Amino acid sequence: MFDKSVWRRFLKRKSSIIGSVILLFFFFGAIFGPLLCTQDPLGQDVANMHQWPSLEHWFGTDYLGRDIFTRIVYGARISLTLSFTGVISGSIVGILLGVCAGFFGKAVDSLISRLLDIMLAFPGLLLAIMIVAIMGKGLFNTAVAIAVFSIPGVARMVRSVVISLRSSEYISACRVMGASSLRILFTHIIPNSISQIIVNITLNLGTAILTASSLSFLGLGVQAPEPEWGAMLSKAREVVRMYPFEALFPGIAITLVVLSFSLVGDGLRDALDPKLKNRS
Amino acid sequence: MIKYVLKRLLQLIGTLFVISIITFLMVRLIPGDPLTTLYGIEDSDPAYMAHQREVYGLNDPLYEQYLRYLNGILHGDLGESIQTHKPIVEELANRYQYTLLLSVGGTLIGGALGIIFGMIAAVCHNKLGDSIVMVISMLAVSTPTFFLALLLQLVFAVWLGVLPSGGMRGLEYAILPMAALGLHAVGMIARTTRSSMLDVINQDYIRTSRSRGISKWKIITSHAFRNALIPILTAIGLRFGSFMAGSALVETVFSIPGVGRFLIDGVGNRDYPVIQSTILVLAASFVIINTLVDLLYALVDPRVKYE
Repeated sequence: MFDKSVWRRFLKRKSSIIGSVILLFFFFGAIFGPLLCTQDPLGQDVANMHQWPSLEHWFGTDYLGRDIFTRIVYGARISLTLSFTGVISGSIVGILLGVCAGFFGKAVDSLISRLLDIMLAFPGLLLAIMIVAIMGKGLFNTAVAIAVFSIPGVARMVRSVVISLRSSEYISACRVMGASSLRILFTHIIPNSISQIIVNITLNLGTAILTASSLSFLGLGVQAPEPEWGAMLSKAREVVRMYPFEALFPGIAITLVVLSFSLVGDGLRDALDPKLKNRS
Repeated sequence: MIKYVLKRLLQLIGTLFVISIITFLMVRLIPGDPLTTLYGIEDSDPAYMAHQREVYGLNDPLYEQYLRYLNGILHGDLGESIQTHKPIVEELANRYQYTLLLSVGGTLIGGALGIIFGMIAAVCHNKLGDSIVMVISMLAVSTPTFFLALLLQLVFAVWLGVLPSGGMRGLEYAILPMAALGLHAVGMIARTTRSSMLDVINQDYIRTSRSRGISKWKIITSHAFRNALIPILTAIGLRFGSFMAGSALVETVFSIPGVGRFLIDGVGNRDYPVIQSTILVLAASFVIINTLVDLLYALVDPRVKYE
């Protein structure tokens, strides 16, 4: 998709490689989880509850005797699916809004910009809580909350890219040659902003996982008994004094995935825009 | 300058107005009878329900209902909680101080540590100190606030026993929650400080000062820092606003009766008047703080253009 020099620059950074490897690891777990884990993530075994980590239960067992390692692996499935569906659907809406605002300008632009301003007037988590309060708890509504949450950032970014491209000389040249607005949009403007969109989506995926797990931790997101990391932490909190490992593993899982998305996102940004190198 | 301040204040009033419309419409979007969602009245007798709807003015046109709601807000009336039947304003007034205290404390801790870390990183650019600070700040940004709060609680309250693990009966109870909020912000503030300092450090007048033999630290603290302050203040101000909203997580871990916890309990109990009012108050605080941060620029940097 990108040319070779981009990949070379991306792979030159140690942090991008570390992030990619960790992410691949979690993706692998999410896809092949059922083949890797012999135990049932929902299977209770009350005789073996609160077991410390051992060879049999690598990360120990929780208050219902469920294997924590298995639940973390299955949790990767939930967290990654949730953040990908949420962020990508939100970004599509954001891209459409941004393109419309930047491309058509005038009344359309000010209408869309005001709408985005209003969305940004609500801090991220509050917006997500509000959506869950209206629509109710659960997996699907958490994804909707994440989608809405990722709209304004992408829309604003796309809008500014479109505006800066629109006034560039080669676009004027296309217009002079008689290219239609739609043609310019699809052959020039969208391909030219795609790299920034990808960076933005990658960075948003990390934030989405943080938001989703925060919602679940507060009891408003994915509900028990689903092995969602935030929900697992929320349950483990009650016994954290005696069995700290039960909270530690899901917490580390969230941190690692969020960290990797930022590392990969930063690496992609620097690789795609060499002018910014060595600055941030 | 005065024109700019007035313009920003007018914008602020406009935004607050929109927020009130949204919180007003929000409860109407919730599936179910507004009589039940807003006033907790539920009865099988349709005549009684119709009467109550008339009593609460739910048959009036929407804009009249909104004006009544707005009038209530302006007179400090946010309705009653369905759960406790107490006026929400009283409850909020009581809880707001905790959330505000945590947010201010978190901002101070995050701001101070973030600026120090960012300056160290900028001074040691591309050396070991820089890498260490960057790794720490990446980790801080990526760790969920509630996990960080839980870790702090585990280490300082449970294992070391030096600080209380929860509740709010004195200033020492606020230290761990403030630290949890603050540490999460350190990463972002340190990164902003570092990059805006690097921007300044590479400029000609700094090089001139260096060639005149002025020490690196002196230049950093007197010249570079002042000029790098605007982006740093923005980062800190934005954090402060989002702390108000994000405090729900920390308040949950440390069992603090703040506004955030009130909101979460409201969602749990489907207590819509409470949800409506807490969202209104938190969003309003967020935009008011952001406007104040904008106005602060004027004091810090006379170069900012007020258009």
